[in-house]
Amino acid sequence: MSATHDHHPQEKDEGPPSEHEIMSRAMQELLEEKGLITSEQVRRRMELFEQEFPQRGSRVVAHAWADPAFRKRLLADGKAACAQWGLELEADRLIAVENTPQVHNVVVCTLCSCYPRALLGMPPTWYKSESYRRRVVREPRAVLKEFGTLIPGHVSIRVHDSNADMRYVVVPMRPSGTEGWTEEQLASILTRDTLVGVALPKV
Amino acid sequence: MTPSAYTPAPRRRFNVGERVRVKVANPPGHRRTPSYIRGKEGAIERVCGCFPNPEELAYGFDGEPKRVLYRVRFKQQDVWSGYDALAEDFVELEIYEHWLDPA
Repeated sequence: MSATHDHHPQEKDEGPPSEHEIMSRAMQELLEEKGLITSEQVRRRMELFEQEFPQRGSRVVAHAWADPAFRKRLLADGKAACAQWGLELEADRLIAVENTPQVHNVVVCTLCSCYPRALLGMPPTWYKSESYRRRVVREPRAVLKEFGTLIPGHVSIRVHDSNADMRYVVVPMRPSGTEGWTEEQLASILTRDTLVGVALPKV
Repeated sequence: MTPSAYTPAPRRRFNVGERVRVKVANPPGHRRTPSYIRGKEGAIERVCGCFPNPEELAYGFDGEPKRVLYRVRFKQQDVWSGYDALAEDFVELEIYEHWLDPA
């Protein structure tokens, strides 16, 4: 096994299906038989989650970097700000939390894997891992260090446990050297991990 | 105005800044209050609004009456004994009103 081909047991596509996969498949077939959904609709939803939704978070935060008025609205009420900007976030109630020179934010769901899917798509495997969920709430600095993210000792850390109905996105600090960048350029450094708070945007 | 996270909760029990303590209880079933925060004291960070009770929704009921949801800010030092970092490190969680008592 090479270093570029990591083994992710949860993502294997071979071998017998798990109990949950069988149940999910059976449920889909029943709903299709009853005419409540179509397989085309299911395919389209999966495509949205995998292709379109992951782009949204970067675009929204890039816009917040570029437009101070939008930034203010986003921090005040994430869902309403996005809707006003033309981005309907379905059921998600969105809370945007901003990093400052004094505060670093990081998001977790200790109970399961709640994640701002409408902005970032499906959560990565590590986000769902018991290790991340258990540890980032009690030793955030150590966990962030393992991600290669060193938070200076004078910067306080806020861990946001999305344990109920809200969803969270981090608004990182805009790095110097990005003056005059287009929103598309800004979005390119706003990777998924920077919006969860385990990494910092780099120029 | 579009639907917002901050739906009003006029008949709520707590306001922003008030000190609260999470109840210590271990009821069976689907609960949205993580064990690690039960019994801990924090302050209301914001009022999220009223939502169908997820502890009822989980069993196919309608979640009525809706419950007020708060975000509560806890000092890490108050949550984990021996937490070794800044006093201003916080963990923030969403707690339903029926899990909170005045501190």
